[in-house]
Amino acid sequence: MSSQPDSLPMMSSEPSAAPAPSGESNPIRDAICEAISEHKVILFMKGTPDAPACGFSARTVAVLQSLEAPFAAVDVLPDPRIRQELSAISNWPTIPQLFVDGELVGGCDIVCEMYESGELAQALV
Amino acid sequence: MPSADEIKQRIETAIPGANAEVEDYTGGGDHFRASVTAAAFEGRSRIEQHRLVYDVFGAEIGGAIHALALKTQTPSKAPIH
Repeated sequence: MSSQPDSLPMMSSEPSAAPAPSGESNPIRDAICEAISEHKVILFMKGTPDAPACGFSARTVAVLQSLEAPFAAVDVLPDPRIRQELSAISNWPTIPQLFVDGELVGGCDIVCEMYESGELAQALV
Repeated sequence: MPSADEIKQRIETAIPGANAEVEDYTGGGDHFRASVTAAAFEGRSRIEQHRLVYDVFGAEIGGAIHALALKTQTPSKAPIH
């Protein structure tokens, strides 16, 4: 396997009592932003590449694997705040979300369309 | 629980000139597939096109609407029926 699911550093920490108000420190958001900037290709998904927990995530993983593209993966299911913060950052409501070079490429529909047109292979180079 | 027809109406109302075909592909009223053609998509990236549609439903996506698979296109690229 070319990929290993990453875990965000905050996942082992105790949940804070309330979501941090904007302007204050937000460790989950910071960890997501860091993960996006540290990996050329990163997929936020439900479940893991070896055990996807949703058909859309499974299809997106299959497309990336068929292109033999190395990618990092983050499971959003262990903590609902990951998904909340991710969607707030990306302005994208659904999971999975694929980022390449720090930019949101899209969800399953767009990734599959780009795969079929050959654009995805180019974007991953 | 929204119906496919409601989803279609809401997309077509919110995006002027849009034509939407919506399918409830599990029959459960929460997983939909929509193909949307709109002149408003012209000049926008796929991401922006999908956001326009997602924005119609706000927090319902991921809530009452578990999944809304999207295919968007501009009228110039739409197949002729």
